[in-house]
Amino acid sequence: MEKVLKIDYQKCTGCRLCELVCSVSHHGVSNPARSRIKVVKWEAEGLYVPMTCQQCEDAPCISVCPVKATSRDENDGFVVIDYEKCIGCRSCVTVCPFGARNYSTIDKVVLKCDLCGGDPQCARFCEVKAVDFISADRLSQSKKKDAAKRLSTAQKAAATLYPE
Amino acid sequence: MALNRKIAYIDLSTGKIETKPIPVEVRRKFLGGRGLDAYLLYNHTKKGVDSLGPKNTLIVSGGILTATCASATARTHVMAKSPLTNLLGSCNMGGFFAPELAWAGFHHLVIKGKAKKPVYLWIHNGEIEIRDAASLWGLTTTETQWAIRKELDDEDIKSMVIGPAGENLVRFANVMTGIKNSGGRTGMGAVMGSKNLKAIAARGTMDIKIAHPIDALEFNKRFIDQITSAKVNQTQGTLGTPFIWGATNSWGGVRTRNFQYNQCEYADDIEPERIDEICTETMGPHHMTGCFGCQVHCRAKYKIPTGPYAGKYDEGPEYTSQGAFGGEPDCKSAETVLTGNHLVNQWGVDNLEIGSIIAWAMELYELGILTSKDTDGLELRFGNDEALLEMVRRICFREGWLGDTLADGGIPASEKIGKNSFDYLIQVKGMNNLHSDERATPGLALNIATASRGSDHLRSRPAIDLYHLPEAVLRKIYSNPVPYDGPLSSEHTEYIGKPWQVFWQENCYMAVDCLGICKYHTTFLGATLPNFEDWPKVLYYNTGLEFTPKDIWDIAERCNNIERLFNLREGLTRDDLKKGDTLNHRYFDEPCLRGAPDVIGAKIDRKKFKKMVDEFYVHHGWDKNGVPTPETLKRLGLDQEPSHLL
Repeated sequence: MEKVLKIDYQKCTGCRLCELVCSVSHHGVSNPARSRIKVVKWEAEGLYVPMTCQQCEDAPCISVCPVKATSRDENDGFVVIDYEKCIGCRSCVTVCPFGARNYSTIDKVVLKCDLCGGDPQCARFCEVKAVDFISADRLSQSKKKDAAKRLSTAQKAAATLYPE
Repeated sequence: MALNRKIAYIDLSTGKIETKPIPVEVRRKFLGGRGLDAYLLYNHTKKGVDSLGPKNTLIVSGGILTATCASATARTHVMAKSPLTNLLGSCNMGGFFAPELAWAGFHHLVIKGKAKKPVYLWIHNGEIEIRDAASLWGLTTTETQWAIRKELDDEDIKSMVIGPAGENLVRFANVMTGIKNSGGRTGMGAVMGSKNLKAIAARGTMDIKIAHPIDALEFNKRFIDQITSAKVNQTQGTLGTPFIWGATNSWGGVRTRNFQYNQCEYADDIEPERIDEICTETMGPHHMTGCFGCQVHCRAKYKIPTGPYAGKYDEGPEYTSQGAFGGEPDCKSAETVLTGNHLVNQWGVDNLEIGSIIAWAMELYELGILTSKDTDGLELRFGNDEALLEMVRRICFREGWLGDTLADGGIPASEKIGKNSFDYLIQVKGMNNLHSDERATPGLALNIATASRGSDHLRSRPAIDLYHLPEAVLRKIYSNPVPYDGPLSSEHTEYIGKPWQVFWQENCYMAVDCLGICKYHTTFLGATLPNFEDWPKVLYYNTGLEFTPKDIWDIAERCNNIERLFNLREGLTRDDLKKGDTLNHRYFDEPCLRGAPDVIGAKIDRKKFKKMVDEFYVHHGWDKNGVPTPETLKRLGLDQEPSHLL
């Protein structure tokens, strides 16, 4: 079953542990500059949004790659980079609508989320589940539930206002 | 790797900057963070330096584990001689500054001299630059941080700054990073101000190589599970530190009206649940936020709901803000607590000290020791919210006779005000007490009386005293890593065994401060949290250095003794009311009037207290006057200090 990263920015506490564990698990070093996920912050408003690759179905990074270095992994369904082919032209960085492709000035390569081969560490370490790894068909389940709750609350309130 | 983070010596008078590696032998003796800071302070200042003069040395650091794959290692430590106490100045804050400093290549900054005009430091990937801060002078703490980001065109810059209070040399001005992370105590902001140093900005992308990354990652996961499984941390993660105020206030353990009472009655509007409600209303259900890499996420985000500051965003308010703007001045409105918290964050001043000193002034006013002539007509009475907030402003900007007087701290102010005003000043070593009331808990009273930076609840507090854990559990905690078979009591009102608990906690908190970890991740408010046996592992996986739990205990003891040596050199004497290990007379003479049955009538017994201090000194290997004996110094390898290894 295809699983995806679900980001619920409202739950994010802005601690950036996801950035830390991403860089440690991929590179053995602590350095957010090497992380594939980044928490974008508006600190003065208390708003934090973790940004990472969405593994788009119709991925612009795949279409734009001039040397076909980016492709979809047929087994797991996520977008992968073949570093044998990648020429580091950064076209994918330019077209990504989420800015999820990073260019590492340290290694001079394009980096992106590879879902840690199926066990994404960011989701594993995020206690509040602002980043979660769930099956794609359940992506909107919690939102549905929240909306349904609001609806039922509204109906209950309405019933109180206009008794039969 | 973490061990190749350097130390930088910066002379603001000459502009000379020198960087050096930190030898492994020094790490083995002092680890890093607060411990190494204490060593540097002792070695880089001379006896009796003017705390606001160019010869005072300001030390800024991250712990040895900061920015590694160890949970919650975001603490920044700042040390210098304190302008408030003229003894050890030391403060510790969370946020994101220390990790950024580590990624920029540094663990310790030793800042000397005084710049001719306002400057700030810009630290970027191993380079340090002294830059002009003329345009930053006068800005609030948040404005300063934003202006630096704009000037250097990088949103990810983290800076540690002072606000107007620091510029105005308010002797309890703090240093701030982020919206509300503050190194509050002992006036380190005034030291920065005295050096014309407005800010230290850092940004780094340098790798910190983890010695054993897979093990470090897995151990971190175990650590996190241990930390989040503790009920106390789950509560902190929902209500933040205000939950402590809620608990201690209902029990009768907070000081109100400057020690006249020990409970704030009819204060529903400032109870933690009400504050949580306001946070939920203004910021939504998920309104908690955390420091770097932390799962406890103990601070709340809020917008001030009503009043002249309505709509302003801030974080907190902490336990201390509830005391400072609620309990102590006997104000009972959430709006006042949230606004007060916002003002001190923006102007950069210690909320605890300012709340405490204003409450003192309020009592003096009600007693007639201060008159409306002194206050320029301000009705400085308990429960007057407007007067409280106005006084905060006057102190931060040194306005009016009283504002200027109080800005110099309690003891100088009491000397200026005269009469018997000093008798009402609730302080230890010149620093005002937290708003907690320790009369029913002798162990905690011993803690504040003997803490190295003056009255302090984060140096050696055996806070689990209040949980009434079975004695067998206490013995398990307090007999490790050093065997202890002396008396222990799970009764919080007892005196026996408490000196050992305070001594043990002192070493425990020192170890945590050296590592750079937050205290909520050790035996502070929860008995099951990480401890001496866990730290060797986390140190080994991250840095490759091998230690035993006893090694870490010894390091902590060594660092505590260095702090003691510093204080003794600056004139600490045991029974001195202004500079010693003792308490205000009200602790001994006035019993608690409110609270639970085990609190009402409680006061500290002078004789038993003296015996506790004696015993506490014996555990340390100090003589009757609290001076480390030659044998103790030799055992800890401190007999050659100052040794100038760095």
